[in-house]
Order: sequence, then C-alpha cells, then structure tokens
Amino acid sequence: MNYNWDWGIFFKSTGIGSEIYLDWFVTGFGWTLAVALAAWTVALALGALLGVLRTVPNRWLSGFASSYVEIFRNVPLLVQLFLWYFLVPDLLPEPLELWFKQDLSPATSAYLSVVVCLGLFTAARVCEQVRTGIQALPKGQTAAARAMGFSLAQIYRYVLLPQAFRIIIPPLTSEFLNIFKNSAVASLIGLMELLAQTKQTAEFSANLFEAFTLATLIYFVLNMGLMLLMRQVEKKVAVPGLLSVGGK
Amino acid sequence: MDFSAILPAMPGLVDGMLMTLKLLLLGVLGGVSLGTLLALMRLSHNPLLSKLAGLYVNYFRSIPLLLVITWFYFAVPFILRWVTGEDTPVGAFTSCLVAFMMFEAAYFCEIVRAGIQAIPKGQMGAAQALGMSYGQCMRLVILPQAFRKMTPLLLQQSIILFQDTSLVYTVGLMDFLNAARSRGDIIGQPYEFLIFAGLVYFTVSFAAAQLVKLLQKRLAV
Repeated sequence: MNYNWDWGIFFKSTGIGSEIYLDWFVTGFGWTLAVALAAWTVALALGALLGVLRTVPNRWLSGFASSYVEIFRNVPLLVQLFLWYFLVPDLLPEPLELWFKQDLSPATSAYLSVVVCLGLFTAARVCEQVRTGIQALPKGQTAAARAMGFSLAQIYRYVLLPQAFRIIIPPLTSEFLNIFKNSAVASLIGLMELLAQTKQTAEFSANLFEAFTLATLIYFVLNMGLMLLMRQVEKKVAVPGLLSVGGK
Repeated sequence: MDFSAILPAMPGLVDGMLMTLKLLLLGVLGGVSLGTLLALMRLSHNPLLSKLAGLYVNYFRSIPLLLVITWFYFAVPFILRWVTGEDTPVGAFTSCLVAFMMFEAAYFCEIVRAGIQAIPKGQMGAAQALGMSYGQCMRLVILPQAFRKMTPLLLQQSIILFQDTSLVYTVGLMDFLNAARSRGDIIGQPYEFLIFAGLVYFTVSFAAAQLVKLLQKRLAV
C-alpha cells in the first residue's frame, strides 16, 4: 500500500465531464452554507419564540416550551434526521407526500429535511440561551416597565428582548458555529455537502489525506472567520454597563 | 404502527446498546485523560506547550465530529501501516474509538481548564509554601478539588457523547442506532424501530440529565 502524495490533485480532472476535484469542494461548500444559513434562520426565529414562551407567566406555555427543549435535546441528531427524512414524508397528506417524493429532486428533498431537522434541533438550544438571557436581566426591569403601564408583549418587545439578545451573543455564536458542523450529517442522507464531496474525492482519487486536509482546513477557516466576525458584532452591540452579564 | 416485532429483536438491540455503552465509556475515559493532559499543557508556563494544546483544541472544536470519524476510518489503517510497516487490520471500532477520544479530549480540556482556573490561587500558593513540587500541587491539591467541581459538566458532556456515538452509523459499526435500523429494515418495519431507538435515546439521556441536575445541587457549596 504505497501512498502517492499529490497536492495538485484538486486541479486534476475527476473524469466526469470537465470537472476538476476543486469544483466538487466548491459545490459541497455551497451546500454546507445553504443548509447552515437556512437552518439558522429557522432556529433563531423558533428559538426566540420558545425562549420567550419559557419565561412568560403561564404554566401551559412555559411547560410546552420546556417539553420541546427536552425532546429535541435528548434525541440524537441523526435519529431526528432519519425521522424527518424517512418517516415524516409518509405522514404528510397525500398531495404533499407525492410532491415531496416525486416532484422534488433527491437533492432538494434531502435539503428540505436537513434544514427542518437542524432548524428545529438548534431551536431548542437557542431557546435555552434566550431564556438565560432574559433571566439574567435584573427583575427591576420588568417591574419598572410594568409600572410604566407596558403590556406583557411590550415588555418583551421593548425592554427584555433587545437587552437579552445582546448579552447572549457569545453563546449564540457557538450555536451558530455548531450548525455548520452539524450540517455534516446531511451527507448521511445523500446531500452532497462538503463532507460528502470530500468522501467522494477520497474514494475517486485515492488521495484521501489531501482531500480530508482540505476539508478540515475549510471548516477551520470558516469557523475562525465567523468567530472573529461575531466578536466584532458583539463589541458593536454591547450594552453599556451590562458587560458583566455577557460572560466577560 | 406495530411495535410487536421489537420484543423478539431485543437480543440484537441489547448487543447494539452494549456497543454504544462501550464506545461511550472508553471514549469518556480516554477523552478525560487526554483532556486533562491538554488542560495542564494549556495552563503551563511553557509557551510552546500551551500554544500547541491551544491549537489542538481550536482545531478539533472547529471541525464536525462526523468528519473526524470518517477521516480516521479511512486514515488509521494507512497510518498504522507506516508506523508498524506491515498490514495491521483495524476494525471500525478502533478507528471510531480513537476518533471519539481525540475529538472529545478537546471539549474535556476546556472543562478541566475552567475547573482548574476556578480553584483560588491561594491553594497553589499554600501548597508550594508547604514545599510541594508543581506535580504534587496539581495531583494532591488542585486536581482533586477541580474534578469535584466539574463533575456535573463532565457528565453533561458525556451525555452529549452518548448521543453522538450514533454517528458511527457512517462507518457501519453496529451500535444501538445501527442495530435498530438494520433490524427494522430486515423485518420491514423501519419506522417502528427508528421510533423505538429515539425513545430509548431520549429516556436514557433525559434520566441521566435529571440525575446530573440532582448531583449539581448536592455538590453545590
């Protein structure tokens, strides 16, 4: 088993059309970004809503939100993905089921499943962060807002959420980075994202060390880049005088 | 939905769960050992050692676990061949275990480091004043206290690893999820088995998380 190192492998033809291996990585990276960003949008919106529900003074609503969190946090991501991809389409009403199984291309249906799965999975984590953020605010804030005649919706809208979101940026950042890493599970239902393309390159070219090194590098640079970016955002929106709550 | 086929399939499922638990246990043991070593390196005054450990942690924390598992599955046979010079067959189990240990070590390192840093500086000073060497201070004074403080966090991370062991699906290792999936496929009831697997993972993780919460309350000073 002699190994032929060849770092030029990425510029060689894959033997399929006129593609070079680098094209595969570019496509894969595109899918990874598309999955992560779409899922993050879902996670942030739903997570914020659930986070609010967890803190409102209503037992049913907060009970619902905390059951959601427990369920989505305690089932492995892969099991959730299989359920979304294999089981849920069968449970849809027939026109929708046919549309999902026949009209959509395999890539699109896998993409939709992953986005829904990752979005709902991450929403549970975002919910916990939002809750922590809201609860970290001094109780006087709510009391003062109520004394000024704010309704509950107004208290959240104008007083609690604007502050909570700014102090939870560091933990939210790490969830944001996690969603990029977690999107790799999409390769297991056949979506050709970065990891799947890497595996394919390793199998086609037999230059597995080069392929995996490049993939690792892409994930690493992406992670570091996003982290630096979020640090800038964090500085920009820091609440004066509230730094101590923000994990500093 | 008909869950009656699950009972006869139990022996296979139990084997799968044992595999999952074996991966978990060895992964946590290896991960915590390597993680503690990394944490000591990160906190050491030697800039080279701390940079090296920092790089290791940042590296593993920025790549997906699934990538590490896949990579190691491909690469470990090659590397062993270079090291030993002969064909050494390694199963998926070994390569997955190595992947878990190395990957989790990065996360455990951060927990241990935070635990050590949470010990008041005076402890170290007092131990040194008693004439203990650095190694003795760490081993006899700092680490026992740090580990006590961080047990809940270590356990929480272990629960995450319990769920993440399901990723060995990608290399075909027969862990609990894979055992359930393959049996479901053979019998022709994939959904029932998948739902059952999800329920078992949920029950175990949820119960463990509640226990950790209790422990956290008891350990709190």
